[in-house]
Amino acid sequence: MARTAGGLAALAVLAAPWVAPPYHLTLLLPAFAYGIVLLGLNLLFGTTGLLSFGHALFVALGAYTAAALTTGLGVLHLEAILAAAAGAAALVAVPLGLLCVRYVKIYFGMLTLAFGMLFYSFLYKFYTLTGGDEGIRVLRPLLLGRAFGDLGKVEFLIGPFYYYALALLAVATLVMWRVVRSPFGLCLRAIRENPDKAAAVGVSVRRYRFYAFVIAAVFGAVGGALLAVPTGLADPLLAYWTHSGNLVFMLLLGGFDHFLGPLVGALVFILLQDTVMSLTAYWRFVFGAILAVVVIFFPRGLLGLLDPRAGRSA
Amino acid sequence: MSLLQARDVRMFYGTFCALDGVSLSIEAGQFVSIIGPNGAGKTTLVNVLTGLLAPTSGSVRFKGVDVAGLGPGRLARLGMARSFQLVSVFPALTVGETLAVPIVSRRRHGARLFAALAGDRATWDEVAETAALFGLADKLARPARTLPQGDKKLLDVASAFALRPEVILMDEPTSGVSTSDKHAIMETLVGAAARMGIQAIIQVEHDMDIVFGYSDRIVALHQGRVLADATPDAVRADERLIDTVVGRSYSSGAGRPW
Repeated sequence: MARTAGGLAALAVLAAPWVAPPYHLTLLLPAFAYGIVLLGLNLLFGTTGLLSFGHALFVALGAYTAAALTTGLGVLHLEAILAAAAGAAALVAVPLGLLCVRYVKIYFGMLTLAFGMLFYSFLYKFYTLTGGDEGIRVLRPLLLGRAFGDLGKVEFLIGPFYYYALALLAVATLVMWRVVRSPFGLCLRAIRENPDKAAAVGVSVRRYRFYAFVIAAVFGAVGGALLAVPTGLADPLLAYWTHSGNLVFMLLLGGFDHFLGPLVGALVFILLQDTVMSLTAYWRFVFGAILAVVVIFFPRGLLGLLDPRAGRSA
Repeated sequence: MSLLQARDVRMFYGTFCALDGVSLSIEAGQFVSIIGPNGAGKTTLVNVLTGLLAPTSGSVRFKGVDVAGLGPGRLARLGMARSFQLVSVFPALTVGETLAVPIVSRRRHGARLFAALAGDRATWDEVAETAALFGLADKLARPARTLPQGDKKLLDVASAFALRPEVILMDEPTSGVSTSDKHAIMETLVGAAARMGIQAIIQVEHDMDIVFGYSDRIVALHQGRVLADATPDAVRADERLIDTVVGRSYSSGAGRPW
Protein backbone atom coordinates (compact mmCIF):
# COMPACT_ATOMS: atom_id res chain seq x y z
CA MET A 1 0.00 0.00 0.00
CA ALA A 2 2.84 2.36 0.88
CA ARG A 3 4.46 1.62 -2.49
CA THR A 4 1.21 2.37 -4.33
CA ALA A 5 0.79 5.62 -2.43
CA GLY A 6 4.38 6.59 -3.16
CA GLY A 7 3.98 5.76 -6.86
CA LEU A 8 0.79 7.79 -7.09
CA ALA A 9 2.44 10.74 -5.35
CA ALA A 10 5.39 10.56 -7.76
CA LEU A 11 3.01 10.48 -10.74
CA ALA A 12 1.05 13.41 -9.32
CA VAL A 13 4.10 15.67 -8.97
CA LEU A 14 5.34 14.63 -12.42
CA ALA A 15 1.99 15.44 -14.04
CA ALA A 16 1.22 18.52 -11.95
CA PRO A 17 2.59 21.11 -14.44
CA TRP A 18 -0.06 20.01 -16.95
CA VAL A 19 -3.01 20.08 -14.61
CA ALA A 20 -2.36 22.21 -11.54
CA PRO A 21 -2.75 26.01 -11.53
CA PRO A 22 0.54 27.97 -11.64
CA TYR A 23 0.11 29.30 -8.12
CA HIS A 24 0.08 25.83 -6.62
CA LEU A 25 3.03 24.78 -8.75
CA THR A 26 5.09 27.66 -7.40
CA LEU A 27 4.19 26.44 -3.90
CA LEU A 28 5.68 23.03 -4.69
CA LEU A 29 9.09 24.55 -5.47
CA PRO A 30 9.95 25.47 -1.86
CA ALA A 31 8.50 22.12 -0.79
CA PHE A 32 11.03 20.35 -3.06
CA ALA A 33 13.87 22.51 -1.71
CA TYR A 34 12.85 21.93 1.90
CA GLY A 35 12.55 18.23 1.14
CA ILE A 36 16.28 18.17 0.35
CA VAL A 37 17.11 20.22 3.44
CA LEU A 38 15.06 17.93 5.67
CA LEU A 39 16.48 14.70 4.26
CA GLY A 40 19.82 15.96 5.56
CA LEU A 41 18.47 17.24 8.86
CA ASN A 42 16.77 13.92 9.47
CA LEU A 43 20.01 12.01 8.99
CA LEU A 44 21.20 14.01 11.98
CA PHE A 45 18.01 13.79 14.04
CA GLY A 46 15.96 10.76 13.03
CA THR A 47 18.92 8.51 12.26
CA THR A 48 21.72 9.72 14.55
CA GLY A 49 19.64 11.22 17.37
CA LEU A 50 21.15 14.72 17.34
CA LEU A 51 18.62 17.57 17.28
CA SER A 52 19.99 20.72 15.66
CA PHE A 53 18.31 24.04 16.33
CA GLY A 54 20.62 25.87 13.97
CA HIS A 55 20.25 24.00 10.71
CA ALA A 56 18.87 27.10 8.97
CA LEU A 57 22.46 28.35 9.00
CA PHE A 58 23.23 25.96 6.15
CA VAL A 59 20.04 26.82 4.26
CA ALA A 60 21.06 30.49 4.43
CA LEU A 61 24.61 29.61 3.45
CA GLY A 62 23.30 27.89 0.31
CA ALA A 63 21.03 30.82 -0.53
CA TYR A 64 23.81 33.39 -0.05
CA THR A 65 26.15 31.26 -2.15
CA ALA A 66 23.56 31.43 -4.94
CA ALA A 67 23.23 35.19 -4.41
CA ALA A 68 26.97 35.82 -4.33
CA LEU A 69 27.58 33.75 -7.46
CA THR A 70 24.72 35.13 -9.57
CA THR A 71 24.71 38.78 -8.43
CA GLY A 72 28.32 39.15 -7.37
CA LEU A 73 30.32 37.02 -9.76
CA GLY A 74 27.95 36.54 -12.66
CA VAL A 75 28.07 32.74 -12.42
CA LEU A 76 24.66 31.63 -13.62
CA HIS A 77 25.04 27.87 -14.13
CA LEU A 78 22.82 26.29 -11.45
CA GLU A 79 25.00 23.17 -11.39
CA ALA A 80 28.00 25.33 -10.47
CA ILE A 81 25.90 27.15 -7.87
CA LEU A 82 24.75 23.90 -6.27
CA ALA A 83 28.29 22.52 -6.24
CA ALA A 84 29.59 25.74 -4.68
CA ALA A 85 26.82 25.68 -2.06
CA ALA A 86 27.73 22.08 -1.18
CA GLY A 87 31.40 23.01 -0.98
CA ALA A 88 30.76 26.08 1.17
CA ALA A 89 28.59 24.03 3.51
CA ALA A 90 31.27 21.39 3.89
CA LEU A 91 33.89 24.06 4.58
CA VAL A 92 31.76 25.63 7.31
CA ALA A 93 30.46 22.32 8.68
CA VAL A 94 33.91 20.84 9.28
CA PRO A 95 34.98 23.26 12.03
CA LEU A 96 31.42 23.66 13.41
CA GLY A 97 30.88 19.91 13.39
CA LEU A 98 34.18 19.21 15.14
CA LEU A 99 33.00 21.51 17.92
CA CYS A 100 29.32 20.56 18.06
CA VAL A 101 29.56 16.76 18.00
CA ARG A 102 31.58 16.87 21.20
CA TYR A 103 28.24 17.57 22.83
CA VAL A 104 24.91 15.74 22.78
CA LYS A 105 21.26 16.34 23.62
CA ILE A 106 20.40 19.88 24.77
CA TYR A 107 24.02 21.03 24.62
CA PHE A 108 24.31 20.05 20.97
CA GLY A 109 20.99 21.80 20.28
CA MET A 110 22.03 25.00 22.06
CA LEU A 111 25.44 25.09 20.42
CA THR A 112 23.96 24.73 16.93
CA LEU A 113 21.41 27.42 17.85
CA ALA A 114 24.24 29.70 18.94
CA PHE A 115 26.16 29.24 15.69
CA GLY A 116 22.97 29.82 13.71
CA MET A 117 22.39 33.10 15.50
CA LEU A 118 26.02 34.13 15.03
CA PHE A 119 25.64 33.61 11.31
CA TYR A 120 22.36 35.54 11.33
CA SER A 121 24.07 38.46 13.08
CA PHE A 122 26.90 38.34 10.59
CA LEU A 123 24.46 38.46 7.65
CA TYR A 124 22.46 41.23 9.31
CA LYS A 125 25.35 43.48 10.36
CA PHE A 126 27.96 43.18 7.61
CA TYR A 127 25.98 45.37 5.28
CA THR A 128 28.66 45.94 2.65
CA LEU A 129 29.26 42.22 2.25
CA THR A 130 25.79 40.76 2.79
CA GLY A 131 23.39 43.59 2.03
CA GLY A 132 22.23 43.63 5.65
CA ASP A 133 18.50 43.20 6.18
CA GLU A 134 17.84 43.73 2.47
CA GLY A 135 19.89 40.70 1.54
CA ILE A 136 21.20 40.01 -1.95
CA ARG A 137 19.20 39.22 -5.05
CA VAL A 138 19.44 35.79 -6.61
CA LEU A 139 19.26 36.02 -10.40
CA ARG A 140 17.60 33.59 -12.74
CA PRO A 141 20.10 30.77 -13.31
CA LEU A 142 20.95 28.72 -16.38
CA LEU A 143 19.66 25.15 -16.19
CA LEU A 144 22.13 22.69 -17.77
CA GLY A 145 23.53 25.68 -19.65
CA ARG A 146 20.17 26.76 -21.07
CA ALA A 147 18.65 30.18 -20.36
CA PHE A 148 15.03 29.58 -21.46
CA GLY A 149 15.03 33.30 -22.36
CA ASP A 150 11.68 33.10 -24.15
CA LEU A 151 9.89 32.12 -20.94
CA GLY A 152 8.54 34.62 -18.43
CA LYS A 153 9.46 34.24 -14.75
CA VAL A 154 6.47 32.12 -13.79
CA GLU A 155 6.67 29.93 -16.92
CA PHE A 156 10.36 29.38 -16.23
CA LEU A 157 9.69 28.42 -12.61
CA ILE A 158 6.75 26.10 -13.21
CA GLY A 159 8.27 24.65 -16.39
CA PRO A 160 11.95 23.76 -16.65
CA PHE A 161 12.88 24.80 -13.11
CA TYR A 162 10.05 22.71 -11.66
CA TYR A 163 11.43 19.56 -13.27
CA TYR A 164 15.00 20.52 -12.43
CA ALA A 165 14.08 20.88 -8.74
CA LEU A 166 12.06 17.68 -8.81
CA ALA A 167 14.93 15.75 -10.39
CA LEU A 168 17.35 17.13 -7.82
CA LEU A 169 14.98 16.08 -5.03
CA ALA A 170 14.78 12.59 -6.55
CA VAL A 171 18.57 12.34 -6.70
CA ALA A 172 18.91 13.62 -3.12
CA THR A 173 16.32 11.08 -1.97
CA LEU A 174 18.14 8.21 -3.68
CA VAL A 175 21.49 9.29 -2.27
CA MET A 176 20.06 9.52 1.25
CA TRP A 177 18.34 6.16 0.82
CA ARG A 178 21.73 4.62 0.05
CA VAL A 179 23.36 6.36 3.03
CA VAL A 180 20.69 5.25 5.49
CA ARG A 181 20.85 1.66 4.20
CA SER A 182 24.65 1.49 4.27
CA PRO A 183 26.86 0.06 7.02
CA PHE A 184 27.43 3.71 7.96
CA GLY A 185 23.66 4.22 8.38
CA LEU A 186 23.48 1.17 10.65
CA CYS A 187 26.27 2.60 12.81
CA LEU A 188 24.40 5.92 13.03
CA ARG A 189 21.26 4.15 14.22
CA ALA A 190 23.29 2.21 16.77
CA ILE A 191 24.71 5.53 18.03
CA ARG A 192 21.19 6.95 18.30
CA GLU A 193 19.96 3.95 20.26
CA ASN A 194 22.86 3.60 22.70
CA PRO A 195 26.11 5.53 22.14
CA ASP A 196 27.98 3.78 24.98
CA LYS A 197 27.10 0.37 23.65
CA ALA A 198 28.01 1.47 20.11
CA ALA A 199 31.43 2.58 21.33
CA ALA A 200 31.88 -0.71 23.19
CA VAL A 201 31.38 -2.68 19.97
CA GLY A 202 33.93 -0.59 18.12
CA VAL A 203 31.89 2.20 16.50
CA SER A 204 33.74 5.54 16.35
CA VAL A 205 30.83 7.49 17.81
CA ARG A 206 32.19 11.02 17.54
CA ARG A 207 33.62 10.52 14.06
CA TYR A 208 30.37 9.16 12.63
CA ARG A 209 28.35 11.94 14.29
CA PHE A 210 30.72 14.37 12.60
CA TYR A 211 30.20 12.74 9.17
CA ALA A 212 26.43 12.92 9.66
CA PHE A 213 26.72 16.59 10.60
CA VAL A 214 28.68 17.42 7.44
CA ILE A 215 26.33 15.44 5.17
CA ALA A 216 23.32 17.18 6.74
CA ALA A 217 25.00 20.56 6.17
CA VAL A 218 25.62 19.79 2.48
CA PHE A 219 21.99 18.78 1.96
CA GLY A 220 20.92 21.93 3.81
CA ALA A 221 22.96 24.23 1.58
CA VAL A 222 21.94 22.51 -1.66
CA GLY A 223 18.29 22.87 -0.59
CA GLY A 224 18.95 26.47 0.41
CA ALA A 225 20.41 27.35 -2.99
CA LEU A 226 17.43 25.75 -4.69
CA LEU A 227 15.03 27.57 -2.37
CA ALA A 228 16.55 30.97 -3.21
CA VAL A 229 15.88 30.69 -6.95
CA PRO A 230 12.07 31.06 -6.88
CA THR A 231 12.18 33.69 -4.09
CA GLY A 232 14.94 35.52 -5.98
CA LEU A 233 16.46 36.68 -2.71
CA ALA A 234 18.85 35.63 0.03
CA ASP A 235 18.04 37.49 3.25
CA PRO A 236 19.19 37.12 6.87
CA LEU A 237 15.85 35.72 8.08
CA LEU A 238 16.81 32.47 6.36
CA ALA A 239 19.39 31.98 9.13
CA TYR A 240 17.11 33.14 11.95
CA TRP A 241 16.38 30.64 14.71
CA THR A 242 12.65 30.55 13.95
CA HIS A 243 13.55 29.18 10.53
CA SER A 244 15.55 26.41 12.22
CA GLY A 245 12.51 25.83 14.40
CA ASN A 246 10.30 25.53 11.32
CA LEU A 247 12.62 22.85 9.94
CA VAL A 248 12.22 20.82 13.14
CA PHE A 249 8.45 21.41 12.98
CA MET A 250 8.38 20.02 9.42
CA LEU A 251 10.23 16.90 10.58
CA LEU A 252 7.82 16.32 13.45
CA LEU A 253 4.87 16.94 11.14
CA GLY A 254 6.01 14.42 8.53
CA GLY A 255 7.42 11.87 10.99
CA PHE A 256 11.15 11.71 11.71
CA ASP A 257 11.34 7.94 12.16
CA HIS A 258 10.13 7.33 8.61
CA PHE A 259 12.48 7.72 5.67
CA LEU A 260 9.95 9.76 3.67
CA GLY A 261 8.81 11.81 6.68
CA PRO A 262 10.98 14.79 5.66
CA LEU A 263 9.39 14.95 2.17
CA VAL A 264 5.85 14.70 3.52
CA GLY A 265 6.62 17.20 6.27
CA ALA A 266 8.01 19.77 3.82
CA LEU A 267 5.06 19.44 1.46
CA VAL A 268 2.34 19.53 4.12
CA PHE A 269 3.99 22.42 5.97
CA ILE A 270 4.17 24.58 2.86
CA LEU A 271 0.60 23.84 1.77
CA LEU A 272 -0.71 24.26 5.31
CA GLN A 273 1.15 27.52 5.80
CA ASP A 274 -0.29 28.88 2.56
CA THR A 275 -3.84 27.84 3.46
CA VAL A 276 -3.76 29.09 7.03
CA MET A 277 -2.09 32.39 6.06
CA SER A 278 -4.82 33.05 3.53
CA LEU A 279 -7.49 32.47 6.18
CA THR A 280 -6.17 34.36 9.15
CA ALA A 281 -3.52 36.86 10.17
CA TYR A 282 -3.05 34.77 13.31
CA TRP A 283 -1.49 31.91 11.38
CA ARG A 284 1.37 31.56 13.89
CA PHE A 285 -1.20 30.90 16.59
CA VAL A 286 -2.82 28.20 14.49
CA PHE A 287 0.59 26.69 13.72
CA GLY A 288 1.49 26.61 17.39
CA ALA A 289 -1.73 24.75 18.11
CA ILE A 290 -1.07 22.29 15.27
CA LEU A 291 2.44 21.63 16.57
CA ALA A 292 1.07 20.96 20.06
CA VAL A 293 -1.52 18.53 18.68
CA VAL A 294 1.10 16.71 16.59
CA VAL A 295 3.51 16.30 19.50
CA ILE A 296 0.82 15.18 21.97
CA PHE A 297 -1.35 12.98 19.79
CA PHE A 298 0.78 12.03 16.77
CA PRO A 299 4.37 11.97 18.02
CA ARG A 300 5.38 9.89 15.00
CA GLY A 301 4.00 12.46 12.57
CA LEU A 302 1.69 11.99 9.60
CA LEU A 303 3.53 8.93 8.29
CA GLY A 304 3.32 7.42 11.75
CA LEU A 305 -0.46 7.40 11.25
CA LEU A 306 -0.14 5.18 8.18
CA ASP A 307 2.32 2.84 9.81
CA PRO A 308 0.92 0.34 12.31
CA ARG A 309 4.33 -0.42 13.86
CA ALA A 310 4.69 0.57 17.48
CA GLY A 311 6.80 3.68 18.03
CA ARG A 312 10.45 2.91 18.52
CA SER A 313 10.60 4.58 21.91
CA ALA A 314 7.60 2.66 23.20
CA MET B 1 54.12 -14.36 26.41
CA SER B 2 51.05 -13.44 28.38
CA LEU B 3 48.16 -11.75 26.58
CA LEU B 4 47.23 -9.29 29.27
CA GLN B 5 49.55 -8.14 31.99
CA ALA B 6 48.92 -5.83 34.94
CA ARG B 7 51.98 -4.72 36.88
CA ASP B 8 51.72 -3.35 40.40
CA VAL B 9 48.51 -1.43 39.66
CA ARG B 10 47.44 1.11 42.25
CA MET B 11 44.25 3.06 41.94
CA PHE B 12 43.20 5.85 44.26
CA TYR B 13 39.86 7.62 44.32
CA GLY B 14 40.93 10.70 46.27
CA THR B 15 42.52 9.18 49.36
CA PHE B 16 40.62 5.90 49.09
CA CYS B 17 42.79 3.12 47.77
CA ALA B 18 40.67 0.88 45.51
CA LEU B 19 43.54 -1.20 44.13
CA ASP B 20 46.70 -1.61 46.13
CA GLY B 21 49.46 -3.12 44.04
CA VAL B 22 47.63 -5.65 41.88
CA SER B 23 49.71 -7.74 39.50
CA LEU B 24 48.11 -10.22 37.14
CA SER B 25 49.08 -12.07 34.04
CA ILE B 26 46.46 -13.65 31.82
CA GLU B 27 47.55 -16.37 29.40
CA ALA B 28 45.79 -17.73 26.34
CA GLY B 29 43.43 -20.57 27.13
CA GLN B 30 42.39 -19.34 30.57
CA PHE B 31 38.96 -18.70 32.02
CA VAL B 32 39.64 -16.41 34.96
CA SER B 33 37.08 -15.39 37.57
CA ILE B 34 37.66 -12.34 39.72
CA ILE B 35 35.87 -12.70 43.05
CA GLY B 36 35.69 -10.77 46.27
CA PRO B 37 33.23 -9.05 48.60
CA ASN B 38 31.54 -5.79 47.62
CA GLY B 39 34.03 -2.94 47.55
CA ALA B 40 37.01 -5.26 47.04
CA GLY B 41 37.91 -3.45 43.81
CA LYS B 42 36.62 -5.93 41.22
CA THR B 43 34.91 -3.46 38.91
CA THR B 44 37.76 -0.99 39.30
CA LEU B 45 40.16 -3.74 38.25
CA VAL B 46 38.10 -4.54 35.15
CA ASN B 47 37.92 -0.84 34.31
CA VAL B 48 41.69 -0.56 34.62
CA LEU B 49 42.29 -3.76 32.61
CA THR B 50 40.13 -2.38 29.78
CA GLY B 51 41.76 1.05 29.84
CA LEU B 52 38.58 2.81 30.91
CA LEU B 53 40.43 4.06 33.97
CA ALA B 54 44.09 4.99 33.97
CA PRO B 55 45.74 3.57 37.09
CA THR B 56 47.30 6.01 39.57
CA SER B 57 50.50 4.01 39.26
CA GLY B 58 51.55 0.77 37.60
CA SER B 59 50.66 -0.31 34.08
CA VAL B 60 48.37 -2.59 32.09
CA ARG B 61 49.63 -4.00 28.83
CA PHE B 62 47.63 -5.98 26.30
CA LYS B 63 49.80 -7.71 23.71
CA GLY B 64 52.53 -5.30 24.76
CA VAL B 65 50.42 -2.14 24.27
CA ASP B 66 49.59 0.13 27.21
CA VAL B 67 45.78 0.17 27.36
CA ALA B 68 45.32 3.26 29.55
CA GLY B 69 43.05 5.73 27.77
CA LEU B 70 43.02 3.67 24.57
CA GLY B 71 39.22 3.86 24.29
CA PRO B 72 36.83 1.03 23.46
CA GLY B 73 37.17 1.37 19.68
CA ARG B 74 40.94 0.95 19.51
CA LEU B 75 40.85 -1.68 22.21
CA ALA B 76 38.37 -3.68 20.15
CA ARG B 77 40.60 -3.42 17.07
CA LEU B 78 43.52 -4.57 19.17
CA GLY B 79 41.55 -7.66 20.22
CA MET B 80 39.93 -6.98 23.57
CA ALA B 81 36.19 -6.65 24.17
CA ARG B 82 34.07 -6.09 27.21
CA SER B 83 30.52 -6.50 28.37
CA PHE B 84 28.99 -4.56 31.22
CA GLN B 85 27.08 -5.58 34.30
CA LEU B 86 23.87 -3.88 33.25
CA VAL B 87 22.27 -5.28 30.13
CA SER B 88 22.92 -2.88 27.28
CA VAL B 89 21.25 -3.26 23.88
CA PHE B 90 20.12 -1.06 20.98
CA PRO B 91 16.37 -1.05 21.77
CA ALA B 92 15.03 -0.36 18.29
CA LEU B 93 17.55 -2.40 16.32
CA THR B 94 16.70 -5.98 15.51
CA VAL B 95 18.80 -8.86 16.79
CA GLY B 96 20.34 -9.19 13.34
CA GLU B 97 21.17 -5.49 13.07
CA THR B 98 22.62 -5.49 16.58
CA LEU B 99 25.01 -8.31 15.69
CA ALA B 100 25.86 -6.61 12.38
CA VAL B 101 27.16 -3.49 14.16
CA PRO B 102 30.29 -5.11 15.69
CA ILE B 103 30.89 -7.13 12.52
CA VAL B 104 30.70 -3.99 10.36
CA SER B 105 33.00 -2.08 12.70
CA ARG B 106 35.47 -4.97 12.97
CA ARG B 107 35.71 -5.14 9.18
CA ARG B 108 36.07 -1.37 9.06
CA HIS B 109 33.02 -1.02 6.83
CA GLY B 110 31.46 1.63 9.07
CA ALA B 111 32.54 4.53 6.88
CA ARG B 112 31.08 2.95 3.73
CA LEU B 113 28.43 5.54 3.00
CA PHE B 114 26.87 4.13 -0.13
CA ALA B 115 27.43 0.40 0.10
CA ALA B 116 24.23 -1.61 0.43
CA LEU B 117 24.36 -3.40 3.75
CA ALA B 118 21.39 -5.59 2.86
CA GLY B 119 23.34 -7.15 -0.02
CA ASP B 120 26.47 -7.85 2.02
CA ARG B 121 26.28 -11.64 2.22
CA ALA B 122 29.47 -12.10 4.21
CA THR B 123 28.20 -9.86 7.01
CA TRP B 124 24.77 -11.46 7.21
CA ASP B 125 26.24 -14.97 7.08
CA GLU B 126 28.37 -14.12 10.06
CA VAL B 127 25.37 -12.53 11.80
CA ALA B 128 23.42 -15.76 11.32
CA GLU B 129 26.36 -17.86 12.49
CA THR B 130 26.82 -15.77 15.65
CA ALA B 131 23.09 -15.75 16.37
CA ALA B 132 23.01 -19.54 16.06
CA LEU B 133 25.84 -19.94 18.60
CA PHE B 134 23.82 -17.90 21.08
CA GLY B 135 20.45 -19.50 20.38
CA LEU B 136 19.10 -16.34 18.78
CA ALA B 137 18.82 -17.65 15.23
CA ASP B 138 15.01 -17.61 15.16
CA LYS B 139 14.84 -14.08 16.58
CA LEU B 140 16.96 -12.20 14.01
CA ALA B 141 14.11 -9.92 12.94
CA ARG B 142 12.93 -9.04 16.44
CA PRO B 143 13.71 -5.60 17.87
CA ALA B 144 16.01 -5.98 20.86
CA ARG B 145 13.59 -4.23 23.19
CA THR B 146 10.98 -6.99 22.71
CA LEU B 147 13.32 -9.80 23.87
CA PRO B 148 13.02 -11.43 27.29
CA GLN B 149 15.70 -10.39 29.77
CA GLY B 150 17.77 -13.56 29.36
CA ASP B 151 17.90 -13.13 25.58
CA LYS B 152 18.82 -9.47 25.96
CA LYS B 153 21.76 -10.50 28.11
CA LEU B 154 22.81 -13.08 25.52
CA LEU B 155 22.48 -10.53 22.73
CA ASP B 156 24.56 -8.05 24.71
CA VAL B 157 27.35 -10.58 25.21
CA ALA B 158 26.98 -11.95 21.67
CA SER B 159 27.60 -8.48 20.24
CA ALA B 160 30.85 -8.27 22.22
CA PHE B 161 31.81 -11.78 21.03
CA ALA B 162 31.04 -10.74 17.44
CA LEU B 163 34.07 -8.48 17.60
CA ARG B 164 36.01 -11.77 17.68
CA PRO B 165 38.34 -10.56 20.40
CA GLU B 166 41.22 -12.58 21.74
CA VAL B 167 40.33 -11.59 25.28
CA ILE B 168 36.89 -10.79 26.60
CA LEU B 169 36.10 -9.24 29.98
CA MET B 170 32.63 -9.71 31.34
CA ASP B 171 31.30 -7.88 34.38
CA GLU B 172 28.80 -10.31 35.91
CA PRO B 173 27.61 -12.01 32.71
CA THR B 174 24.71 -13.64 34.55
CA SER B 175 23.55 -10.69 36.65
CA GLY B 176 19.90 -9.80 36.35
CA VAL B 177 19.11 -13.28 35.06
CA SER B 178 17.06 -15.88 36.91
CA THR B 179 19.05 -18.64 38.64
CA SER B 180 17.59 -21.25 36.34
CA ASP B 181 18.89 -19.39 33.26
CA LYS B 182 22.39 -18.79 34.63
CA HIS B 183 23.90 -22.14 33.77
CA ALA B 184 22.31 -22.16 30.34
CA ILE B 185 23.85 -18.76 29.64
CA MET B 186 27.28 -19.85 30.86
CA GLU B 187 27.18 -23.03 28.77
CA THR B 188 26.30 -20.90 25.76
CA LEU B 189 29.08 -18.40 26.44
CA VAL B 190 31.77 -21.00 26.96
CA GLY B 191 30.67 -22.94 23.89
CA ALA B 192 30.57 -19.81 21.74
CA ALA B 193 33.98 -18.66 22.99
CA ALA B 194 35.53 -21.96 21.94
CA ARG B 195 33.87 -21.85 18.52
CA MET B 196 34.78 -18.22 17.89
CA GLY B 197 38.45 -18.55 18.80
CA ILE B 198 38.35 -16.39 21.91
CA GLN B 199 41.54 -17.18 23.79
CA ALA B 200 40.85 -15.93 27.27
CA ILE B 201 37.78 -14.99 29.31
CA ILE B 202 37.93 -12.82 32.40
CA GLN B 203 34.76 -12.44 34.40
CA VAL B 204 33.69 -10.74 37.58
CA GLU B 205 31.14 -12.98 39.25
CA HIS B 206 29.31 -13.20 42.56
CA ASP B 207 27.65 -16.54 42.03
CA MET B 208 30.04 -19.17 43.40
CA ASP B 209 28.30 -22.00 41.54
CA ILE B 210 29.21 -20.23 38.32
CA VAL B 211 32.72 -19.35 39.52
CA PHE B 212 33.64 -22.86 40.63
CA GLY B 213 31.72 -24.49 37.81
CA TYR B 214 33.43 -22.78 34.86
CA SER B 215 36.70 -21.08 35.72
CA ASP B 216 40.10 -22.67 35.69
CA ARG B 217 41.65 -19.88 37.69
CA ILE B 218 40.28 -17.69 40.46
CA VAL B 219 41.65 -14.31 41.48
CA ALA B 220 40.32 -13.33 44.90
CA LEU B 221 40.42 -9.63 45.74
CA HIS B 222 40.09 -8.18 49.21
CA GLN B 223 40.48 -4.51 50.03
CA GLY B 224 42.24 -3.84 46.77
CA ARG B 225 44.81 -6.61 47.10
CA VAL B 226 45.10 -10.02 45.48
CA LEU B 227 44.42 -12.41 48.35
CA ALA B 228 44.69 -15.52 46.24
CA ASP B 229 45.36 -16.42 42.62
CA ALA B 230 44.84 -20.14 42.26
CA THR B 231 42.85 -23.00 40.79
CA PRO B 232 39.25 -23.54 41.99
CA ASP B 233 40.32 -26.66 43.89
CA ALA B 234 43.02 -24.79 45.76
CA VAL B 235 40.62 -21.96 46.60
CA ARG B 236 37.97 -24.37 47.79
CA ALA B 237 40.49 -26.10 50.07
CA ASP B 238 41.53 -22.86 51.77
CA GLU B 239 38.95 -22.33 54.51
CA ARG B 240 40.35 -19.02 55.69
CA LEU B 241 40.10 -17.67 52.18
CA ILE B 242 36.57 -18.94 51.76
CA ASP B 243 35.57 -17.18 54.98
CA THR B 244 37.08 -13.88 53.94
CA VAL B 245 36.12 -13.69 50.32
CA VAL B 246 33.31 -16.09 49.64
CA GLY B 247 31.51 -16.29 52.94
CA ARG B 248 30.97 -19.24 55.26
CA SER B 249 27.79 -20.38 53.65
CA TYR B 250 29.37 -21.58 50.44
CA SER B 251 31.66 -24.10 52.12
CA SER B 252 28.69 -25.44 54.04
CA GLY B 253 26.86 -25.71 50.75
CA ALA B 254 23.88 -23.61 51.86
CA GLY B 255 23.35 -21.78 48.60
CA ARG B 256 24.18 -18.19 47.72
CA PRO B 257 26.96 -16.68 49.80
CA TRP B 258 25.45 -13.20 50.15
